Formats: sequence, C-alpha cells, structure tokens
Amino acid sequence: MDASRRTALKALGASLGVAGLARALQPLVDWTPATSMDELLQKHYKALTKEELAVILRRLEDEARDTYGVDVTIEDVRPTPGVEFGYALNLSICIGCRKCAEACHNENNHDRSTNNSYIRVLEMEKGSLDMGKGSVDYDGPVPAPGKFYMPVQCQQCRNPPCVSVCPVEATWQESDGVTVVDYNWCIGCRYCEAACPYHARRFNWKKPELGASEINPNQSYLSNRVRPQGVMEKCTFCLHRTRKGQLPACLEACPTGARVFGNLLDPSSEIRWVLENKRVFVLKEDLGTQPRFYYFFDE
Amino acid sequence: MNHPQHIVTYPRFLWRAIGVATDGKLPFYAWMTFLTAVTLVGINAWAEQTVRGMDVTGMTDQVSWGLYIANFTFAVGLAAGAVAMVIPAYLYKDKALHDVVIVGEVLAVAAITVALAFVICDLGRPDRFWHLLPVIGRFNWPMSMLTWDVIALGGYLVLNLHITGYLLYTRFLGREPNKRWYVPFVMLSIVWAVSIHTVTAFLYSGLGGRPFWNTAILAPRFIASAFVTGPAFIVLALLAVRRFTEMWVGDDALRTILRILRVAVLANLFMVLSEVFTEFYTGGSHVAAAEYLYFGSHGKDGLVPWIWTAIGLNVVAAAILLGANPQQHLKWIGLACAMTFCGVWIEKGMGLIVPGFIPSTLHEMVEYTPTVTEWKITAGIWAAGGIIFTLGVKLSSAIFTGELRLDREAP
Repeated sequence: MDASRRTALKALGASLGVAGLARALQPLVDWTPATSMDELLQKHYKALTKEELAVILRRLEDEARDTYGVDVTIEDVRPTPGVEFGYALNLSICIGCRKCAEACHNENNHDRSTNNSYIRVLEMEKGSLDMGKGSVDYDGPVPAPGKFYMPVQCQQCRNPPCVSVCPVEATWQESDGVTVVDYNWCIGCRYCEAACPYHARRFNWKKPELGASEINPNQSYLSNRVRPQGVMEKCTFCLHRTRKGQLPACLEACPTGARVFGNLLDPSSEIRWVLENKRVFVLKEDLGTQPRFYYFFDE
Repeated sequence: MNHPQHIVTYPRFLWRAIGVATDGKLPFYAWMTFLTAVTLVGINAWAEQTVRGMDVTGMTDQVSWGLYIANFTFAVGLAAGAVAMVIPAYLYKDKALHDVVIVGEVLAVAAITVALAFVICDLGRPDRFWHLLPVIGRFNWPMSMLTWDVIALGGYLVLNLHITGYLLYTRFLGREPNKRWYVPFVMLSIVWAVSIHTVTAFLYSGLGGRPFWNTAILAPRFIASAFVTGPAFIVLALLAVRRFTEMWVGDDALRTILRILRVAVLANLFMVLSEVFTEFYTGGSHVAAAEYLYFGSHGKDGLVPWIWTAIGLNVVAAAILLGANPQQHLKWIGLACAMTFCGVWIEKGMGLIVPGFIPSTLHEMVEYTPTVTEWKITAGIWAAGGIIFTLGVKLSSAIFTGELRLDREAP
C-alpha cells in the first residue's frame, strides 16, 4: 500500500471513530440542559453562607415548580442547641399495620412508582429476634398468630458507619444526632448503603415520580425535598417537623401508640422515662454503632 | 552535548508514537476496530445510564453494588498483579524478565485505567466526580477507605505512567536510561502495588455490617489472587507478543512467571478454603451469605453456577500448571492461564461483591442479575483497556526492537 493511500485510510478511520463517539454520546448531549451550571458548581452545604443558601433554596423551589408543577417551600431548619433526639418503639403493641411506612412515604415525598419508604416492617417469629426468620413481604390480616412486628428505620447511630465511609463528606451527623445527606453534594457511590447495618439508606435509582397533588409542599433542604436522581437519601427523624417541635410523621400515624419520640437531654421527656423504666435494647449492639433508636417490650 | 532539546524531541516522540499506534497489518486493524466498536457501544450504554439513572442496572437498595464494583475489584487486582513481573526483574535482577518487564508496566497502566473507569460508571452522579478529588473537592481522608483508594490508584497510575514513559522515551532517544530517574520509582511502585489491593480489600473488610466481607483474610486473599491474575495475563500477553511482534520473549522469562503463578494459584485456593471452613464450621449468621453463594438458600441460587464454575476453573488450572512442563506444554499452560484468569474474575467479582449483599442487612433474600446495559458498559471498559494495552505493547515493541528511534527516519 502506498503512503498516500494509507494516510487517506487512516483519516477515514479517524473520522469514522469521531463520528461514532459523537453518536454514542448523543443521549448525554440531548440531556445536559436538565442540570444547571449553578447546580454543577454548587458548594458543600457547610461551606455555604446564609445568603448563598437562600439563593439555592429559591432556585430549588423554582426547579420544583418547573419539574413537578407545584409551589413548595424549602427551608433550612437548623438543630436546636440542647436537643438530642431519641426514638423508642414498643414491640409489644406494634401490630405490623405499616401505617408508619405509609406516612413516611407521603411525608417525605418518596417516589410513588416504587412505593419507597424509610421504614421496613419485619414480621418476626415470637420467641426469636433472629431477622433470618423474619419477613418483610408478609401479607394478610395483622397481627398474625405467633408473630410480632419490628419496624426498622435509620437508627441515627452515635457512631455511624455511613458517615465514616462517605468519601466526600456528603453525609454527616448534626448536633441533635440526626444524620443527614446533602443531596446536592452526594456523588452516588453508594458506599454508605453498603456500610449501613440497618438497611436505612436508599438510592435514587431514577428521578422520583410524583404527581403535583401528591407532593408535600412543606420541605427542607436536608430532609424531605424531592431528591435528585442518582443520590442517597435516608430517614431524618422528619427534621423539618421535629426541629419545629412537631412529632415525626411515622409516630403521628401509629394507631397503637407504639412509638415514643423526644429529647434525650430532657430528663422529663417521655423518651427518658422509657429508657429509665423499660428494659430497652438496640439492634445489632455488637457492631458498636450505638443507635439512638431503642426497642422494648411491655410485659 | 549536541543532543537536540527535549522540547523538540519529545513532541517528535509523541508524533512518531502516534504513527506506530495507527500503523500495522490487517489483523492489527481488525483487532483495533473490534475494540473501538465495543468501546463505543459501552460509551453509548453509559450515556444512556447517566440520563435515565441507575435504574437501568439490575442493582437494588438490597444489592447496591454489582458488576461494576466486581470488575473494579478484579481490575485493581490485575494492576497489582503486574508487579509480579517487576519484582523478579528489579529486585532479583532477572535478566530475561528485565527485557520484557515493560509489558507488566503497560498492563498496570491499562488495568488501573479500567478500574477507575468502573468506579466512574458506578457513580450515580458522574457530573460531581470532582467532589472526590483532593483539595478541590471535600476529601474525607483519612476516615473513608474510598479516599485512600483514590490516592492509591491515582498514585499507582502516575508512577507507572512515569516509568513506562521514561523508559520508552530514553530508548527512543537511543540513550541508556538513567537509573536515578526510574529505579527508585520502580521500587516505590512495588510497595504501592501491594497497597492498592490492600486498600481495596479494606474498603470491604472494614464494614462490620457485612459479615461476608468482614474478615481479616480478605486483604491477603486479594493479594494472592492478584498474583494469580497478573502473571496469568502476562503469560498470555507474552505468548501473544511473541507471536505478533518482533519483540524478543525468552523461555526463561515465561518460566520465571510460571514459577510465581504455581505458588500463587495454590495460595489463593488455600485462602478460599480457609474462609469456607471458618464460615461453614462456625455456622450462624456469618454463614448465611456463603450458604447462598455455594449452595443457594431460601430457594434462591443465582450465584451457585458462577462460583462452582470458578472453583472448577481454578482447580483444573492449578493441576495443569503444576503438571505441565514449560518446554513442551506451552499451549496447555496458556489454556490454564486463561482458565484461572476467568476463575478469579468470577470468584473475586460476582462471587465476592454480590454475596456480601445477600442476604441483606435485614436478611431479605433479594437476588441480583446484571442487565444488558451493565454488560455493555463492562465490555466497553475492558475493550478500552484492551486498546491501551495493545497500543502500549505495540509501542514498546517498536522501541525495544529499535524500529522506532529518533535517528531513524519514519518509514
């Protein structure tokens, strides 16, 4: 083959390659406008000034209106000094109705198509705390004979493995003990999901699907605002409610009063009464995660 | 000194290197076209995944890592295993290996690139990749093992790029490489090779909530299996180099690598056995994942055929490697290398990452099957690695045989 023919063929090959690459990347080219430049360059939550955050909150509200066709308020509710939240759950009276999971689903603007929730309720066999004998996909009337029910959600650990493993500090523990995620900083590596021993974390495998009428408009930056695609999320003890003195949605929905929520630092709180007067236990205590979520039996 | 300045000769080196990289016989063009096509299919699948979300994969909140992280782990091992060639060549001054050690260094570069690509395609938000960089991002170091991995993998890539680049460039100039400029880096790369795979093992073994991974033997096991895949791949690569290039590959070089491989393949099987014994004899919750992996449980057995295939491949390969005579049975040895390469790929990938999630931390039995998108992306990344490796070896061969030299005119 002579040199000029060879060069011509090489040029042809190179142009074919470039054309192929452009074609292969087409889906990305069509999509890019969905991510704004402001979002791409946004700083970490803790690095933002009050003014910068205010601008971001307004931008997110605008985005919610454009995407989901609904007017929402996104606040930045900060923890109150002297407050550390704790949760206790009475296994003797939980009937496994999953009202808590449903309330969580609605309150926290979860994806409707997957029926996601931060709470999973295990149907357990009486006489054993072995989760291997439990089941999450039970059906039929509850409570079933010979069973008891154990809802599991984020345990808000004092020593959270999910926070340690995050490579970009996108998740951290706040002063009131709630572990939060900056949805605009998370890179979606899912290392925290692998690290969590309680299956408390969820990933947004796709853009959440929600109808305008289904959206809870009372939102906050670190909790229940509609999450972007490709990031982690988790239970925040409904911090947009609890930091304003309200109770978590799952507690309000519980028909049996199995749930007790309050300030662990307040000696007169109901949660402190439970911890002092009931024999409480935590899940997987041997792992040293030191949960702020307690379980107890009445009798 | 009447050497021309580097500012003149280096661009010339790059230009001539591009010439070599795009010039060859028909089989070379066919091979490169094939790899490019597969890479493009992978890139397209990744673009699709980025737009539609990771929902296009088979992963779930229960099994949140799959084929990508499995291949990432294996690729890191392959990169670390390349050092099996560097150690005898430099520490034991093995002359036969010294002539071809560049192949191992090129392998390290290609495999690290593959590993990094698998991390990126596993991210839900690849647009935020910069958060993961030191200084400009928000680097959770030293707490997060993943930040250690970023340093280890990035450092290893830079080291090997420097070593290969320096050796090839000085040879191109027709000079003897100055030991000061590469031997210290080679020594550092040996330690670094062990570190990349140790850190990758710590990524998993440090998780208390995952009993299947939470074992101290994981890092040694990773190193042992790296010393299987690295040499196995290098044997195959050297056989190919011998066949398709002018570069000289002596039998002595192959024999040395085989010696390493024979020990490593047994060490790896021994560690798997130790792990399996501890799990099954102890029983309890620690065996749940292993039971699912090896025998299936609760009526789910998706990984059983995978793991037994892996064990079969590794055992048969070990038998062939121990029995074969390098002088007569080169074909058999090649076959055994291919077998154990595939065996470890399964064992360390699907056989290690996926069962870590089954049962889930709440003991749900949710199985995982990779989707077509995941296979496309996986194939695409390996094909891209194949391109880097092929071009690296082709360039090395051209330079080491003296075909490509500054003082020789381009044909």
